[in-house]
Amino acid sequence: MRLFVNYEETAAVILFCIGFTTMMLHKNLIKKIIGMDIMDTAVYLFLASQGYIEGRTAPIVVNGVQSVEAYINPIPAGLVLTGIVVSVSVSALMLALSVRLYYRYHTLNLDEIIAMAGKEEV
Amino acid sequence: MQFVQNFPFFCILLTLMCAVITSVLKGRAARRMTLFVILIVSAMNAAVMAYTLRTGESYVYMMGHFPAPWGNEIRVGVLETVTMMIFCFVILFSFLGGLPRSVRQIESTKYNIYCILVDLTLLSLLALVYTNDLFTAYVFIEINTIAAAGLVMMRQNGASLVAGVRYMIMNLLGSSLFLIGIVLLYTVTGHLLMSNIQESVAQLAATGQYHVPLTVVLALMSVGLAMKSALFPFSTWLPGAYSNSTPTASAILSSIVSKGYIFLLVKVYVRVIGFEVVRELGIFDILFVFGAIGMIMGSVNAVRAKTTRMMVAYSSVAQIGYIFTALGLGSEAGVICALWHLVAHAATKSMLFISGSELDETSGGTHLRGDLRGGFYRSPLAAAAFSLGAVNLVGIPLLSVFITKVTMAQAAIGVGGRHAAIALACLAVSTLLNAMYFLSTVLDLFTPRRDASGAKATLARVKPNGLVTLSLVGFMALNLLMGFFAQGILTAIAQGLARFA
Repeated sequence: MRLFVNYEETAAVILFCIGFTTMMLHKNLIKKIIGMDIMDTAVYLFLASQGYIEGRTAPIVVNGVQSVEAYINPIPAGLVLTGIVVSVSVSALMLALSVRLYYRYHTLNLDEIIAMAGKEEV
Repeated sequence: MQFVQNFPFFCILLTLMCAVITSVLKGRAARRMTLFVILIVSAMNAAVMAYTLRTGESYVYMMGHFPAPWGNEIRVGVLETVTMMIFCFVILFSFLGGLPRSVRQIESTKYNIYCILVDLTLLSLLALVYTNDLFTAYVFIEINTIAAAGLVMMRQNGASLVAGVRYMIMNLLGSSLFLIGIVLLYTVTGHLLMSNIQESVAQLAATGQYHVPLTVVLALMSVGLAMKSALFPFSTWLPGAYSNSTPTASAILSSIVSKGYIFLLVKVYVRVIGFEVVRELGIFDILFVFGAIGMIMGSVNAVRAKTTRMMVAYSSVAQIGYIFTALGLGSEAGVICALWHLVAHAATKSMLFISGSELDETSGGTHLRGDLRGGFYRSPLAAAAFSLGAVNLVGIPLLSVFITKVTMAQAAIGVGGRHAAIALACLAVSTLLNAMYFLSTVLDLFTPRRDASGAKATLARVKPNGLVTLSLVGFMALNLLMGFFAQGILTAIAQGLARFA
């Protein structure tokens, strides 16, 4: 079964689906943010697993430069780092926003918040 | 290399630096700095546009002196510069027009943050339009999302905070889908630079390899960017976000932010995957269906809207539907029509938001559509601008949206079959609905208010602010010029599209 051979990718796809549904279906803002983080982390797992090549080492020069065949692909690792920075910024913004909404409406349930904000407008 | 070819990179760098400097400035200085950067970027972009129009070619700008496939690249051509030029005008007039109200609506201690967000929006748009690297595009998509969400929430009342959260959630879902699309594409092709990806995809398509992964990639990217650009049914976040923010934010969000994502989607289709491959994978039909539904549903919701800003916001859903329907026709003429409407709608919708909020304010600030009655007598210039935008969106000849409707009909007839019938029927129904809600509002503007006894109510003309006047005159001139010189702009878009791949 290819699914078991490529178990990292399989796990990443399952995690992505869990994160996506959590973000879509949960009403609690914190759970939505957790879902978003799971989703992003799943993408980074997928990406990191693409860069790894079995039997090779990290592209760090230790005993002189070896053949290209000796190293793994470092680009996905760079992309993961960039992605993590983006993801952290977005999580921070969402958490700050959740705090603001909690102070204002004393709940983290998005449906209740939307209903209360609607009444305020009227 | 000529010096002018550096300008797109300078624009990105300058905007980023100004955003950083603005963080230590206060109110008025922050405003001036933002205005300065918009003007400089507009001027530099005009110079690059003149250069690309003169040469007719697109060029690649290597970043950090690392050649492809390792380095990061900017790619500049006629299509990019013409689109960015109109975006620059829109952002300039939107910023000027919303200035007096934003000063009142935003806490004075947080005004510099608002200016930073405008800078970052401009920065991310520049990067989205000019970048030739898919991962860079993702990073700037996220910067754009954060900046736009900040703009939505800047008024800091309950409604705007809720609109901000809804905006963030839908947009982050879209970004994540786009990101996993990029990752899958990287896995299949081994490249992140758009031109290199296209070469690999062409080879894969020729040999029939990776057909399913490529379809999945395209579906993920299309759905991701469709969510972010508010294609129906992913447009639930749009009305709240556009109607609860400051006038400048509404104008920028509706006219530029969503269009930046659509421009990137066109880039993905034409430059990254290749137009023929996309057509074979059948994605255009899905976009066509949702675009056509959006054209009708957006207009139906606009007819039912109670406030002016809600009406204009829902009208955006319909107009985004126009763009996706044209794109979904899957022909070159359809893409040209979509790109034309992208800029035509940007110029019109921002004018409607700025003039609409000016009319709201001079009509007692209740925002209800009925309260605009007699608006022309209180604020003639805003009423004239609103009427121009409204009749433009209805599709009056000589104006820009009329050209959209004509080119879309021509493109649909060129494609033929069911596509033509559906597109023409939706165009007719949507135009009728547009006329229903926009023309009734325009008529209201020119009908004087009467009191209970039936006598004309006292009309107090409100003296317009100088900046608002400048903005509205600028918007009207831009819209009229786009209508008058439509053929020239369409030719430039077609010329740019030919060199876009």
